[in-house]
Amino acid sequence: MSAVLAILTRELRLALRSRMDWLLPLLFFVMVVLLFGLGARPNDPVLAGFAPSILWVGALLSMLLTLDRLFRADYEDGTLEQLCLAEAPLGLTVAAKLAAHWLLTGLPLVLLAAPLAVALQLPAAGLPALVWGLALGTPVLSFVGGFAAALTVALPRAGLLLPLLVLPLLAPVLIFGAGAVRAALGGLDAAAPLYFLAAVLVLCLTLVPWAAAAALRNAFE
Amino acid sequence: MSSWTWFHRLASPPSFYRLADRLAPWLGWLSLALLAYGWINGLFFAPEDYQQKDAYRIIYVHVPAAALSLSLYVGMAVAGFVALVWRMKLAESALIAIAPVGASFTALALVTGMLWGKPMWGAYWVWDARLTSELVLLFLYLGVIGLWQAFEDPRAAARACALLAVVGVINVPIVKYSVDWWNSLHQGSTILKMGKPSITAAMAYPLFASLIGSYLFAGYVVLHRLQNELLLREGGTAWVRELMGKSRV
Amino acid sequence: MSLQPFQLEIRDLAVRRGPRVLFERLGFSLSDGEILHLQGANGAGKTSLLETLAGLRRPASGQVLGLPEERGLHWLGHRNALNLSLSVLENLEFWCGLNGASAQACQPALERVGIWKLRHRLVRTLSAGQKRRAALARLLAQRRPLWLLDEPLDGLDRQGLELFAQLLGEHAASGGGAIVTSHQPLPAGLSGVRNLVLSP
Repeated sequence: MSAVLAILTRELRLALRSRMDWLLPLLFFVMVVLLFGLGARPNDPVLAGFAPSILWVGALLSMLLTLDRLFRADYEDGTLEQLCLAEAPLGLTVAAKLAAHWLLTGLPLVLLAAPLAVALQLPAAGLPALVWGLALGTPVLSFVGGFAAALTVALPRAGLLLPLLVLPLLAPVLIFGAGAVRAALGGLDAAAPLYFLAAVLVLCLTLVPWAAAAALRNAFE
Repeated sequence: MSSWTWFHRLASPPSFYRLADRLAPWLGWLSLALLAYGWINGLFFAPEDYQQKDAYRIIYVHVPAAALSLSLYVGMAVAGFVALVWRMKLAESALIAIAPVGASFTALALVTGMLWGKPMWGAYWVWDARLTSELVLLFLYLGVIGLWQAFEDPRAAARACALLAVVGVINVPIVKYSVDWWNSLHQGSTILKMGKPSITAAMAYPLFASLIGSYLFAGYVVLHRLQNELLLREGGTAWVRELMGKSRV
Repeated sequence: MSLQPFQLEIRDLAVRRGPRVLFERLGFSLSDGEILHLQGANGAGKTSLLETLAGLRRPASGQVLGLPEERGLHWLGHRNALNLSLSVLENLEFWCGLNGASAQACQPALERVGIWKLRHRLVRTLSAGQKRRAALARLLAQRRPLWLLDEPLDGLDRQGLELFAQLLGEHAASGGGAIVTSHQPLPAGLSGVRNLVLSP
């Protein structure tokens, strides 16, 4: 437990010292939405119909920006070696690191999504499904993204490869997340896709840290 | 006990290489015969479909390709699992041998699906559940291939790809389910539904033949790629030198 | 608290790096109280051997027997494993948290390596030698029988070298063992040092 605490304190401390690292992806998220708005006619009602997919794709892309850095600094300065050899199991340390990543990038996206949805004129009926979907889906983005980042940590140009690895794995999250909002807007029950997202989240929380740990160990061979 | 020694012998690169040498021609000729029977009958002699006319004949390529795209992905993930758990070199090479073959069949399934879609749906691309999941599958394959290309050390590359393939295969049913759900959400844009056509024997036999023939063909290609992969990986070892010496004489 | 005695035995070890075999049929042993100075040309596989002993890398073949178990070894890689944006103390406390060591161990360890006064400085503001001392402090924050040190002398000044010799001498005297790679000779005055040269 002290190991989890140590990781969380360290990551939050580092985030406080380099604020741009987690503020820029949020700015990027806002800019994506802004650009979609500018790309459409002013106050085009069609935009509201696309709001769920714009917000979800924006969240996906801004998470993607943060992945390359996730383990790279630790790999380069040798901390990863210490994590691999530490008394705390690597799977647990990785899970703590990914949880910190979600706190710093995923959670702010969830909080930002509601005002942006209003700006895109998403009807209020869709808001709860959007926020719940993002709350369940962004941790999946952190965990699956973390797995891909771990696979590529030893590669010098991982940034180009990461989207190819991550996006197909995350297609279901996008489908259920955006689909839940559209279901809610269409008067259907949004619970089914949200439950499914929750199931995917549980699967990720239990399996991905160990897969990511194996990928990180592989970086030394 | 004896079955295990058999297993270990098979898993050693030189004995597998020799086995593949003996097996590959059988697979090749058999698949050629089956494909010739299946395609010639399917394309020229099977009766025309009542609804789709001649356009349905693309199923003799499309159905085997689509079936193989999924089977090969599962095969790749199984090889990956074996490579991770038992650290077996043969499985690592098998994974790498399968990936491009699987990606090619997936691409073929997509292209033939689109070609069929043009006369049937009036457009090359329709956001149909099967086509869309096939496209996601293609990207999953390309991820494995891209990851493989990015590494320098083949062992590290194989293990990274193995992890990705295993995670990917868990993801495949989730993709399938999610895409089906996504497609059912819009009853408005239902695509032209074909119903379940009763297929006559004259159509079915060539289809089975081309299906099995394609599987054998894929096996043939994978075996040869696997042999090449083994030669590359084991270059410099005694058995490769011996083999190369022999072939030069 | 005395250190757990151990008798390390390396048999027929082969290590590969990528497709290249670095060395084969390597055998040696090390017991507590001994220091092994590992030498060899660049690319001979010194670091890879240490990584293999530490468990970061798998041997291609051969055996490593008798590694001390449970908090058995300290690994000091050629990189310091210090985050540049954290202070010296924050770095060490993080390591202690990961390894179940008490945070109280930090002060004596940092005092011993002579950088307690710098504890609140961010690592990025330290000199190379000071960073190396901060990394050495980990060895003292938790007592472990076997030290695996990759180029520990890098960046250390004359006093740093003396300090290192003292630390290593005390460690060996109290029943610890160490395997050290270094291009320069180990500081004079260390007893019980054996040499092992890896040749390609």
